Amino acid sequence: MPFDVDIALQRGSAHIAARFRVGPGLTALFGTSGAGKTSVLNAVAGLIRPQSGRIAVGGDILYDGAARLHLAPEKRACGYVFQDSRLFPHKNVRDNLLFGWKLAPAARRWMALEEASEFLGIAHLLKRMPRTLSGGEMQRVAIGRALLSGPRFLLMDEPLSSLDEERRGGVMQVIERIRDELALPILYVSHDRREVDRLADHVVTLGPDGARVTPGIRTSDGPAARRAALRPVPSTPHSP
Amino acid sequence: MAGLLSPEEWQVVVLSLKVSGVAILIDLPLAFALAWLLARGRFPGKVLLDAIVHLPLVLPPVVTGWMLLLAFGSNGPVGRFLLDTFGLGLIFRWTGAALAAAIMALPLMVRAIRLSLEEVDRRLESAARTLGAGPWRTFASVTLPLALPGVMAALVLGFARSIGEFGATITFASNIPGETRTLPLAIYTALQIPGSEGDVARLAIISVLLSLAALVISETLTRRSGQRKAGHAL
Repeated sequence: MPFDVDIALQRGSAHIAARFRVGPGLTALFGTSGAGKTSVLNAVAGLIRPQSGRIAVGGDILYDGAARLHLAPEKRACGYVFQDSRLFPHKNVRDNLLFGWKLAPAARRWMALEEASEFLGIAHLLKRMPRTLSGGEMQRVAIGRALLSGPRFLLMDEPLSSLDEERRGGVMQVIERIRDELALPILYVSHDRREVDRLADHVVTLGPDGARVTPGIRTSDGPAARRAALRPVPSTPHSP
Repeated sequence: MAGLLSPEEWQVVVLSLKVSGVAILIDLPLAFALAWLLARGRFPGKVLLDAIVHLPLVLPPVVTGWMLLLAFGSNGPVGRFLLDTFGLGLIFRWTGAALAAAIMALPLMVRAIRLSLEEVDRRLESAARTLGAGPWRTFASVTLPLALPGVMAALVLGFARSIGEFGATITFASNIPGETRTLPLAIYTALQIPGSEGDVARLAIISVLLSLAALVISETLTRRSGQRKAGHAL
């Protein structure tokens, strides 16, 4: 099971309970704002510590309240793409991309800088500073930085929300390719129904009474296409 | 240029630069540690520590000098220890002038570094952690570079403050030519002698130029860091 999460979290006065086990592919964490989606993501990344429960990804236990196990974020090999990209403002695009790559053990580096920058269409930006990038470019660099850190899974927190409609399509295609070509398990936070419908293999709906798991509908392609590895970027009615 | 000042005046300028340079070098690690505690720490007594750090800023400098005498004088506990252990004398020595300047500059430096640390976006540190950087590497590669303009500004401000230090120095280290007579003390001394208005003016102009340069540098550094931060908003 890529994601096996069963945790209780306290954020301020809000109590969040999340329990889900989902298979490979992209899992959308869906729910209204304030439902605790980002908190669950932060708990999986190790940035916050749940009150109790257990988190396992791909069979590796990252947190176990009963065993007092709480792996530090840097030991979890997760690629986290934040809503606000969080590029390092004092480093150029190249150094941002290589930040995690340099820290990853050689065995875990399954992608090279050239490969990632071509995949994401950011090869021409390598010397630029983050402040000179557009929102879409920033988010693609942030995705590249996460991929280059050699992650075993990806966490994405509304990666499209700061982008205008035009840029969304491009980044969404990139996410689809990561899901299908790189076959990386993805936990994807969103409150946008259309995004979830298009991208998700599984949908975890967070509500006040816990989490509910339903299969995704994947509007952009059928299950057959999903299984076909290494296919070109699909041209779908949704793509610009 | 050399002809503009007498050998004694050059001695005063060089001594002032030496005393101030040593003062901010003493202060840097201490100020950084205190700034970190005050910016990031959560502990009981934080308000009290903050107040104590700021004391030299508001106390009459002569009181600070007297307290330094009590602690670091030949019969003070710390002064005795330093003299016996390292042979480091402070009274009537330039080292004492440097200590007095360091204490007086400390609050300014802590403030500048603390502000720059508080401005560092903690979310960038979280991002570094998820990318595989442990706490120390995160500090070295993200926190410190982002706070660096503030640290530089603190050094410049502390230096300027040290150049101007008078009250604590004359109380603690006295006014000894070539040893503890820094710029302000030399100006004060010259003022006591009738007919030395020219000496006063020359030393005063040097003070003004040094302080002005420090303020311009510090302001430039602060502004540059502000620009960088504004540039990355989102």
